[in-house]
Amino acid sequence: MEKFGFSLQKARVINYDSNDRSIVDYVIGREPSLKLCIECGGCSATCTTGMFTHFSLREMNILLKRGENKEVRNKIKQCMLCGKCILVCPRGVNTRNVVFLAKQAFQKYSTHAV
Amino acid sequence: MKGSVIVVGGGTAGMEAAGRLAEEGFSVTLIEKEKELGGHLREWHHLFPDRRPGSEVMSYLKKRIEKVNVITGTTVESFHKKGREFIVSTGNGNSIHGDAMLLTTGFDLFRSERKEEYGYGIYENVITSADLEMMFTKKSVRLKNGEKPERIGLLHCVGSRDEKAGNLYCSKLCCVTAVKQAIELRETLGDSKVFCFYMDMRMGGALYEELYREAQEKYGIGFIRGKISEVSTNINNRLVVKAEDTLAGRPLRMELDMLVLMAGMEMSQTGTRLAESGNLKTGENRFFAPADHHFGSNKSNVKGIFYAGTCTAPMNITETISHARSAAADIAGYLKNSK
Repeated sequence: MEKFGFSLQKARVINYDSNDRSIVDYVIGREPSLKLCIECGGCSATCTTGMFTHFSLREMNILLKRGENKEVRNKIKQCMLCGKCILVCPRGVNTRNVVFLAKQAFQKYSTHAV
Repeated sequence: MKGSVIVVGGGTAGMEAAGRLAEEGFSVTLIEKEKELGGHLREWHHLFPDRRPGSEVMSYLKKRIEKVNVITGTTVESFHKKGREFIVSTGNGNSIHGDAMLLTTGFDLFRSERKEEYGYGIYENVITSADLEMMFTKKSVRLKNGEKPERIGLLHCVGSRDEKAGNLYCSKLCCVTAVKQAIELRETLGDSKVFCFYMDMRMGGALYEELYREAQEKYGIGFIRGKISEVSTNINNRLVVKAEDTLAGRPLRMELDMLVLMAGMEMSQTGTRLAESGNLKTGENRFFAPADHHFGSNKSNVKGIFYAGTCTAPMNITETISHARSAAADIAGYLKNSK
């Protein structure tokens, strides 16, 4: 059969209704300060990992809240847990614990295991 | 004789309220700790949003207080209530009696050196919004070595909305001040490039949004949504700032000749001291807590003591003058009913 180069594209849309927010619920339940993030990007600005890889803690936070777990699961491994981001955060989010708990949640829910 | 009022603090609120009360026929004493009246208004070259000279408002206020007994260069050490009367003890050992008190102790500017990561007091070309305003007044915006700055950054929210600084509230005026100063930098310096680093643009006041638009359209100011995490210098002694360009989703590094820190507003030390000695309630933000947020914003928890202006919350000049006028009305009502 002739191939015309067409294929089905997966929709880019964040499907808020079908997305699974169990990971963020797990994290916020144990580290409620995550609710306070205002996306200023201070954490990502100071992040050594973010200078060299596609890692942004600010982006992780928002993706977690939207239930885009697959993307977070892949990217979160890059964090070195140095904690510089905690020093910068104007909202007092315990950012390192957020990463730690997200990793823990991914382990716990085996379908998302890191 | 209709009654006497002691006003503590001779800034915008104190002058406006004192003038209005004196006009109503009350005997008013205005006590100011500095040698000159005017408070922070004296530091402003131009006001936002219309860039009217601060001196115009200053001369309006000076005309207001012609009938007021003004005492400058004098601090208020403490005060107490005896029956219905208030007795204020001043730093030079005098006592002043009054039937009501109005506290207009204003605000202190956030001390930017507390945010050490921004390098104020460490790098010579990191300055505050107040320093820049002074440069505008002197009509000379220059780097420490006398050269003209080519690229300037303005950092919003220094000491505001910052748990690490102990200030959770928004100082409300710094966003529009940054926009105003960015425009004036472009006007003063010509072909320079100016960037605002912001977390949220809070353009809620009258004509603020229009000024923001003008800054983009007419002056080409760059707006970058991301908080600067730290400032350093490179081998050429230029400032290097790091932020995340949150809208691009990538870290951003930029060299600057000058960085202006938009310092926030804090409860004044005088206000805090008077609150402690007079058992006056303060809020979580350390400003005086008005008796009611909606219809008692000039009243305190002590009968006969009133507030006006930025000792209760960050306010602009327009709001401060309105607040001072409503305090004068409340005080007139109080004195009328207590006779």
